Amino acid sequence: MAEHIIELQDVVKYYGDNLVIDHVSFYVNKGEFITFLGPSGCGKTTTLRMIAGFDLPTSGKILLNGKDISLLPPNKRPVNTVFQRYALFPHLNVFENVAFGLKCKRVLNTYRNEKGEEYTKKEKLSKKEIEEKVKKALALVDLDGFEKRSVSTLSGGQQQRVAIARAVVNEPEILLLDEPLGALDLKMRKEMQIELKEMHRRLGITFIYVTHDQEEALTMSDTIVVMSDGVVQQIGTPTGIYNEPSNTFVADFIGESNIFNGTVVGKRKVKFCGKTFDCVDDFGEGEPVDVVVRPEDVQMTTPDKGALKGEVISVVFKGIHYEITVQVGKYEVVVQSTESRETGAVIGLNIAPDGIHLMKPKYTTNVFDGVINKANKVEFAGGEFDCDVTQLYPGSHIDEEEYLVLPSGEKLDLTGTEVKVEVGLYDISISDDEDAGGTTGHIISIIYKGDHYRVIVRTGDSDEDEDFVFATEDLWNENDYVSIVIPKEKIKLTLKNTEEKKR
Amino acid sequence: MKLRFSRKTLCIPYAVFLVFFVIVPMLVILVYAFTDRNMGFSFGNFVKFFSDPTKLSTIVYSIVIALITTAVCLLIAYPVAYILARSKMKQKHVVLMLFVVPMWINFVLRVNAIREIFNWIGLLGEANYFNTVFGMVYDFLPFMILPLYTTLMKIDGSLYEAAADLGGSAFNGFMRVTLPLSLPGVMSGVTMVFLPSMTNYVVSDMLGNSMVTIVGKFIYEYFGSDWHMGSMVALILLIVVFISTWLTGGFQSEENVRGANL
Repeated sequence: MAEHIIELQDVVKYYGDNLVIDHVSFYVNKGEFITFLGPSGCGKTTTLRMIAGFDLPTSGKILLNGKDISLLPPNKRPVNTVFQRYALFPHLNVFENVAFGLKCKRVLNTYRNEKGEEYTKKEKLSKKEIEEKVKKALALVDLDGFEKRSVSTLSGGQQQRVAIARAVVNEPEILLLDEPLGALDLKMRKEMQIELKEMHRRLGITFIYVTHDQEEALTMSDTIVVMSDGVVQQIGTPTGIYNEPSNTFVADFIGESNIFNGTVVGKRKVKFCGKTFDCVDDFGEGEPVDVVVRPEDVQMTTPDKGALKGEVISVVFKGIHYEITVQVGKYEVVVQSTESRETGAVIGLNIAPDGIHLMKPKYTTNVFDGVINKANKVEFAGGEFDCDVTQLYPGSHIDEEEYLVLPSGEKLDLTGTEVKVEVGLYDISISDDEDAGGTTGHIISIIYKGDHYRVIVRTGDSDEDEDFVFATEDLWNENDYVSIVIPKEKIKLTLKNTEEKKR
Repeated sequence: MKLRFSRKTLCIPYAVFLVFFVIVPMLVILVYAFTDRNMGFSFGNFVKFFSDPTKLSTIVYSIVIALITTAVCLLIAYPVAYILARSKMKQKHVVLMLFVVPMWINFVLRVNAIREIFNWIGLLGEANYFNTVFGMVYDFLPFMILPLYTTLMKIDGSLYEAAADLGGSAFNGFMRVTLPLSLPGVMSGVTMVFLPSMTNYVVSDMLGNSMVTIVGKFIYEYFGSDWHMGSMVALILLIVVFISTWLTGGFQSEENVRGANL
């Protein structure tokens, strides 16, 4: 079994009131190239910074070779970082930048005195040792002869190399790379990806790499940790994560995907887009599932031979393949193929069983904790909504004084009653008129599901936020500020505790 | 004819200003310094100045007072600027403002206030040099804090992290990253404190109980009686200033000085 060089145990990180890392646990094997992948703000850089020691976890532990280093300052950790914007020292030349860490270093040297007794002394590295090490590090990044150059005269790619040399010259156990290729152009990035991979092989140390570029992650990593919203979504090998995404977020973020709502209709049979398909995943009959189909797993055929039949609505040439969008009934299916089709042509589509990935839907309904207020409205998620409170007590009605009257004639004041609020995925709509709905928030996620979008809106302040998940056919943008509209009759209330507040 | 405004046209007023208010006065001083009362060319003033021990010691005293003032200002200002620049406090500009606000109060009034305080605690006339330096530090401190704060603010925070990441202790990081990168601000602040402390005789007169004479006072007094000697002292001061500016690297036009000046 491989050694765990780094292990995060239930790590939580708050910035002020802002929860950025939400109970994250995982380990990193010694010598592997591991990538933290996710959209911006997912917590990947914060995780890296906690391993480097720049940020300390609010709770939880970070172990290095089994020892707790959670609170150790960065200069006491055997890790070195390649910063996003390099952070080279502008007042030092290339040699001095690379030698910075070596000059801080103290090594134990053993000597023998006249009596033959051994003693050790903590000493600085000699000038010659430093020169040799710097030379070797610069050779590693192909910058031989650049020692005297001022860092401000270097190109972005060269500065990048200096930053890498400055980190690896200290022979760290782990090299941390924070989006190191983000500032380079595409061609340079591709070259550096190969070089970094080669460097990882030669140095044999652990690389922890942070990126939002899924292709980069797939190309370089041994292991990928997909993060979103401060939570680890999936950990696995590039092929594992690509072929078997564990949820729709991962499927949507990594590569292109067709995502549909489906229902399991039998043993290894799933129905979506109005047809039944054979599949390889086992789920209970009647269970609703998310169905993920990669565009390259959809085969085009003649209309009579296809399980699905549809009309080509767009063809885009992508270099190595065509991206063809086919309208199948009300669903859109995206196909990738080296063959092209005419727009408007009617074609058939087939999907092999192993091209169909089923996953348990993360969201089936919205549940909130709410309180009934004076006006017989329900307050939750930072707003108030009209609702029908009579559903709490069968047969009851509201009198003109706004009291709830039970069938027995007893009058109840519901003010302050705690209730469980349930709203279905299809019962919520949003509006850009802030006053139209009961509460407001920002769209944090949009996933296309063939015929509709699944949208998540986050309301409230960071600490007590609530998410609304729902389906809509309208296209919105991430970060749009919207208000949540729920029809009165769609809010399902149940009493939380049986103790009723009586008049 | 169409009137055309080019950038060159815009330069004319400034050129005129420079000629009449900088170059001509300098020439006048130069001419007066090397002439006698009959406007004949003479090295007399030069010889007289350097053969008079009291005049020479005044120059030395002025330089020493200015050096001490500058050093004390730097010792007080650097930690303040450093702490403010690195703190994550939201209201740090308010604190900075508090240090700078005395500058907005009339200078003479401030010096008078200190004089009254010294008088009240019985220091006036007792410790003339201490009082003078105290007053100068009080008056010139903002000129040291502001350029230091500006340069320290501009240092990219990731450089501190890089220094720590590479194994540097806090002290190490300060000596090898913060200090060298803040040098332009130090130079700028030193220049802005050192020069006025050599010449601002209002402070030395009022707080030194008229027992402390600095070069500025000297020049002022000579221009009451002997313009030629006064011009010579002014010229010598100009040379001292020139040398000190050159020593502190104030003539560097390199980008590392950029922004350090207010």
